Amino acid sequence: MRTIQFREAVAEAMSEEMRTDDSIYLMGEEVAEYNGAYKASKGMLDEFGAERVIDTPIAELGFAGIGVGSAMNGNRPIIEFMTFNFALVGIDQIINNAAKMRQMSGGQLNIPIVFRGPTASAGQLAATHSQAFESWFANCPGLKVVVPSNPYDAKGLLKTAIRDDDPVIFMESEQMYGDKGEVPEGEYTIPLGVADIKREGTDVTIVSFGKIIKEAYKAADELAEEGISCEIIDLRTVRPMDHDAILTSVKKTNRLVILEEAWPFGNVATEIVYQVQAQAFDYLDAPIQKINTADTPAPYSPVLLEEWLPNKNDVIKAVKKVMYK
Amino acid sequence: MEKITKEVYLKWYEDMLFWRKFEDKLAAVYIQQKVRGFLHLYNGQEAVLAGSLHAMDLSKDKMITAYRNHVQPIGMGVDPKKVMAELYGKATGTSQGLGGSMHIFAPEQGFYGGHGIVGGQIPLGAGLAFADKYFKRNAVTLCYMGDGAVRQGSLHETFNMAMNWKLPVVFICENNGYAMGTSVERTANHTDIWKLGLGYEMPCGPVDGMNPVKVAEAVHEAVERARRGDGPTFLEMKTYRYRGHSMSDAQHYRTKDEVEEYKKIDPINQVKEILLEKQYATEEEIEEMDQRVKDLVKECEKFAEESPYPEKNVMYDTVYEQEDYPFLPHKL
Ligand SMILES: Cc1ncc(C[n+]2csc(CCOP(=O)(O)OP(=O)(O)O)c2C)c(N)n1
Ligand SMILES: [Mg+2]
Repeated sequence: MRTIQFREAVAEAMSEEMRTDDSIYLMGEEVAEYNGAYKASKGMLDEFGAERVIDTPIAELGFAGIGVGSAMNGNRPIIEFMTFNFALVGIDQIINNAAKMRQMSGGQLNIPIVFRGPTASAGQLAATHSQAFESWFANCPGLKVVVPSNPYDAKGLLKTAIRDDDPVIFMESEQMYGDKGEVPEGEYTIPLGVADIKREGTDVTIVSFGKIIKEAYKAADELAEEGISCEIIDLRTVRPMDHDAILTSVKKTNRLVILEEAWPFGNVATEIVYQVQAQAFDYLDAPIQKINTADTPAPYSPVLLEEWLPNKNDVIKAVKKVMYK
Repeated sequence: MEKITKEVYLKWYEDMLFWRKFEDKLAAVYIQQKVRGFLHLYNGQEAVLAGSLHAMDLSKDKMITAYRNHVQPIGMGVDPKKVMAELYGKATGTSQGLGGSMHIFAPEQGFYGGHGIVGGQIPLGAGLAFADKYFKRNAVTLCYMGDGAVRQGSLHETFNMAMNWKLPVVFICENNGYAMGTSVERTANHTDIWKLGLGYEMPCGPVDGMNPVKVAEAVHEAVERARRGDGPTFLEMKTYRYRGHSMSDAQHYRTKDEVEEYKKIDPINQVKEILLEKQYATEEEIEEMDQRVKDLVKECEKFAEESPYPEKNVMYDTVYEQEDYPFLPHKL
């Protein structure tokens, strides 16, 4: 099978959908003439023209809202935030309008929109540029939240997100755009709300999503050498969450570690912990462990950032803890 | 305004040259990966800072800007060694290594950052001015932003209130032609950014931002207006950045010729020509200044290299004023 970069998978998903549906457009900062700040829309201006691949000024509140308004009137917009840190400038339009419109209009107005862009840390960018808001968006009824971890999933999930008739938050990573993976030439989609078992295992379940899952892979490789078998579940969609996949795995391994790049207070991991203790309490052989970023804004200094961000060693420690090793 | 004397020209030359060379050094150590993250350089825009400083009362006036912010605090009196150390992520840095390139802070010297979210500093600048007015300090805040930032709603909301309440603030747009790869022409249906003041009846106008004299005159008038209690001014400095937006920018959005055109009116060269023309300095004296600048840059680099990294606890200790805040654990 051919191998392409994550950024190419994103561009392919958008381009294929735009070829079959004229109502879709892509809008955001540097998406057109610059081919995307991270080249995730390379070639799209050439193919679709300036009416459908639209550069905006730096005005997140305005263009997020223009996206929602156009979705109320027939468009299916893809709105790119250069990173989700900057989505905060436009978050009123996402939470108060995109997420609420259908219910408060009594079902008359649905908002088929995708807000996409990179999430979480990307090196030494410090406090304002290293934030993971998956759990913030996932907290909000009316939104769906998708966070792929490889090019194959990114393409299949993004195509589904674009076809979805509700607002979808689609979160990528600056540090994944260059990742290569196998992606078939032909058409495929991946349903939202379905987790994927990335590694089968018997001793411990590790649940993760997004780019940080790579630390779980590295940990699992090292643990395998010690004879510990990890099952790695990639949530892929955070809202709605595939609780069945998690519960099925936990019922098999009886041990759970959750790895999430986010602040520890009230995040995606805590939701999983609640569900598992409520529905599989008797299956657990050890308290669940979760690994997050430190309970502070992201620091700049390399030595502090290393402490702040979870890594494979943290996963190994947590796995050993739930194994009582 | 204080007269622009021989001493002022000499200071402008040495300061601007130092800022330029200081940042050239940053670019060099960035390539060696000693400085990481983004790195936005001020290269070409130095006259805006030099001229502004001349019009300020540094004993009480304040400055706030975006992430292109390494040299402004130096101009305000911060030890450049500490700025270099911040970019190295060292404990001796202005923010103890927590802020990095985009977030330099030195409130003691009147420099209030250093802001990474485009447009986020605009209301903050008005807020600084609000407090100065509230406490009757007779001080003025200079609030800088890029040509890209003026399209944010924050500017428009702030302009309205600042004008309505006659806050002692000078809003200064450094129009360097581009917001990343987006030229000013592509962001609005007219290119006269200064006209954004008109809708609020805020005094406003364009300024030659490559010439420190022109900058000083315009900023002086605006600062005096603010100090008198007559409220804000909006100045559009026409300037240019020679380097890319940050370090990874292929710059396909402009031509090499365009960059060369601006280098012909380089602010440092303009001042150097005046020094020679008016015989304020001889070639030898200029060489002496050049050497001093070189030495000081070296000193900064050495200081940053040799400084220790911060202890892990500063990451926590700096979050809250409360000393015993109960942070959640994040791993075993
Ligand atoms: C709210 C927000 N949106 C987008 C960005 C990404 N970004 C950083 S700098 C920049 C361009 C800003 O250009 P301008 O205001 O002209 O300032 P300059 O870089 O030219 O000094 C953009 C889009 C950001 N930091 N914050
Ligand atoms: Mg600019």
